[in-house]
Amino acid sequence: MEANLAQPLPQAHHAAPGGVWRWLASTNHKDIGTLYFWFAATMFLIGGLMAMLIRAELFQPGLQLVQPEAFNQLTTLHGLIMIFGVIMPAFTAFANWQVPLMIGAPDMAFPRMNNWSFWLLPVAGVFLVGSTLLPGGAVAGGWTMYPPLFLQGGISYDLTIFAIHIMGASSIMGSINIATTILNMRAPGMTLMKMPLFVWTWLITAFLLIAVMPVLAGAVTMLLADRNFGTHFFDAAGGGDPVLFQHVFWFFGHPEVYILILPAFGIISSVIPTFSRKPLFGYASMVYATASIAILSFLVWGHHMFTVGMPAAAQLYFMYATLLIAVPTGVKVFNWVATMWRGSLTFETAMLFAVAFVCLFTIGGFSGLVLAMVPVDIQLQDTYYVVAHFHYVLVTGALFSIYAGLYYWLPKWTGHMVNETWGRWHFWLSAISVNVLFFPMHFLGLAGMPRRIPDYALQFADFNRVASIGGFVFGASQILLLIVILKCIRGGEKAEARAWEGAEGLEWTVPSPAPYHTFAQPPEVK
Amino acid sequence: MSAHPGAYYLPAPSHWPLVGSLALMSAALGATLLIHDLSGGGWLLAVGAAGLATMLVGWFGKVIRESESGLHGVQVDRSFRWGMSWFIFSEGMFFAAFFGALFYGRVISVPDLAGGEQLRLLWPGYSGGWPTAGPGIEAAFTPMAPWGIPALNTLFLLSSGATVTWAHWALKRGRRGQLIVGLGLTVALGLTFIGLQAYEYHHAYTALGLTLGAGIYGATFFMLTGFHGLHVTIGSLMLLVILGRALAGHFRPDHHFAFEAVSWYWHFVDVVWLLLFIFVYWL
Ligand code: HEM
Ligand SMILES: [Cu+2]
Repeated sequence: MEANLAQPLPQAHHAAPGGVWRWLASTNHKDIGTLYFWFAATMFLIGGLMAMLIRAELFQPGLQLVQPEAFNQLTTLHGLIMIFGVIMPAFTAFANWQVPLMIGAPDMAFPRMNNWSFWLLPVAGVFLVGSTLLPGGAVAGGWTMYPPLFLQGGISYDLTIFAIHIMGASSIMGSINIATTILNMRAPGMTLMKMPLFVWTWLITAFLLIAVMPVLAGAVTMLLADRNFGTHFFDAAGGGDPVLFQHVFWFFGHPEVYILILPAFGIISSVIPTFSRKPLFGYASMVYATASIAILSFLVWGHHMFTVGMPAAAQLYFMYATLLIAVPTGVKVFNWVATMWRGSLTFETAMLFAVAFVCLFTIGGFSGLVLAMVPVDIQLQDTYYVVAHFHYVLVTGALFSIYAGLYYWLPKWTGHMVNETWGRWHFWLSAISVNVLFFPMHFLGLAGMPRRIPDYALQFADFNRVASIGGFVFGASQILLLIVILKCIRGGEKAEARAWEGAEGLEWTVPSPAPYHTFAQPPEVK
Repeated sequence: MSAHPGAYYLPAPSHWPLVGSLALMSAALGATLLIHDLSGGGWLLAVGAAGLATMLVGWFGKVIRESESGLHGVQVDRSFRWGMSWFIFSEGMFFAAFFGALFYGRVISVPDLAGGEQLRLLWPGYSGGWPTAGPGIEAAFTPMAPWGIPALNTLFLLSSGATVTWAHWALKRGRRGQLIVGLGLTVALGLTFIGLQAYEYHHAYTALGLTLGAGIYGATFFMLTGFHGLHVTIGSLMLLVILGRALAGHFRPDHHFAFEAVSWYWHFVDVVWLLLFIFVYWL
């Protein structure tokens, strides 16, 4: 065995194979990261077009463009695609590109499985999008898939269940890979508490994914059985209960929302110190806060179910447990602000998105606290207030962090600086329009407008029109991002190894663009 | 060892993941069509299953050849250990979902249906209790008695845990004969378990009226024991592969992670069975 160890990196020097084979058979973390990224971008386009249709229909009261059945399909697919097809793969793209670079590893721990994790996703994507063409149309029961409605649909419902199984397998394998890479492949000297925070947040995210994706698989398997094999998990006549599904689903679902935000915390914790030219304030407390958020996330699922009927004691428990999450989340927000405090700040586009994240994500966190209070939530459940809440945390939270990460690391990936002028246009248009789009939804929800509905009472017309206009501008602005990325790939100012003046970390020690293979010899971390 | 931390095996590009994805796509499409009695479903499912089998044989075959040619250093070995541990953790969470359904049914939904408002308005006369097919299912069923086949199966599975440990002990001391006997016994016990379980299912369907449709009891019974049985089947296949490799002279006393991975998996399946025996059959 010793003898084998002496020959470093057998086969490591194969260059990128040419043509499509490079992408189909890849075992290179950078190529696979790129694949994840373009998959997310494609799904973002599809899910985004669906959102545009939704906002067009809601532009004025009455039914104009789509029938109610089609509208429900749009909201359902929009949710599933944006969560499983955009945010999660985009974060996995960052994990693939950045984790090995940040910990000084030559690649992921299981490069072939890494490839499989990716190539399962297009299969699931084709199932989801393709199911619109099946008789009866796509799933229309909401991304939460509650029975009994979900038990009543046609063939596309079964296909969607399988799509979820496949995406689950992809996530689990991807997470096993990421967790193993982080735990076993760090450069000598990089102890756990020296890891960049992005790596920490992904380690904890991977743990959450491995823990809850199987639970989702179990939940949809029970749906499949109730739909087709005569079981009565969710049927009171057989001693089951539709509410059982909600428990199992949200036991997955709430950790899932942290899966959608913890990597964002990691990205923001990389960007803000760079452009503040100061180390991250309170690194250790950030690690502990991330871990406690992850643990708490298993204990609060009931806050999605306050109105389905649960004992008052359970409501109180879930309320207090949920409010408790505000503490570690607050620690994070304070730490970001403290990092900026008296730093020598500059506002490149990456930083602009990061600062916007801190402000706007916090708004989403606050509306979450409002919703966590039982008496309030009983009013607001299933209204646009909830829609406003989760779009603040997911669009101005998760998505903006992805934007910040792109503007930050694209120079490392492409070797060119991003075009700041175009970037700023993209930022300001997005940041303004996204608030025009989602802020009025708070008012709509407080006034009682239900979510998932194609038509509405006249008193909601004005705010809906405002939101739709914001939505169209926001949607159109994202074309700018595509232009920025394509420009950055094709050319632009040459990026140095350390592309940003204040950037710290191993990824900035390798050339830009990062060579096809990095860290064949592990760097020594002091 | 730490003098060469860079000893890291980077596999060349591979077509197996793609084969796996296409196979799963075909299998899932086939299953969907089959469920809806549409033509081509069975074929697509069969093609998908064959593709998956080919992928598993090809992919694992390659890993085995790499391992035997000494490409897997200490770090790769540690990665495998982490990977397998995380995988077993995820499997545990998968079973947890169904155990959750079982406990929810027994502790919450069934007592609820038999009490309070429901008793007066919805299901008058329903008395709850466990096992139950629920208030609205007419057909009667007999629950599976724990002390016949299930108890025997518990005995077999626990013994197989012992035999696989014995085999491991032999492997570590380089006693190949005992390794092979131990593995052979483990496989035999696993297959016996599967055979008895198949008989039990047959008996349930034909004599006891216990089916997937037998309310929450039948649903949780078959879902839990079914997925467990599937895992025993997969575990037995893995053990067979390990047995074949042991016969072919693979594994060294200090380098045999594949063996350990399979035995971890087997012990995991064992533990799940104990929980099943207690909560599904016995209590
Ligand atoms: C301070 C932390 C947070 C708190 C206290 C909180 C609280 C809540 C509550 C109580 C609800 C249920 C509202 C209802 O249906 O009546 C909810 C819904 C939701 N939250 Fe949060 N939340 C927080 C952070 C997040 C984050 C970080 C994300 C994702 C990145 C997120 C995503 C969602 C989603 C997607 C829903 C809606 C689920 C649905 O019904 O479709 N939340 N949140
Ligand atoms: Cu939640």
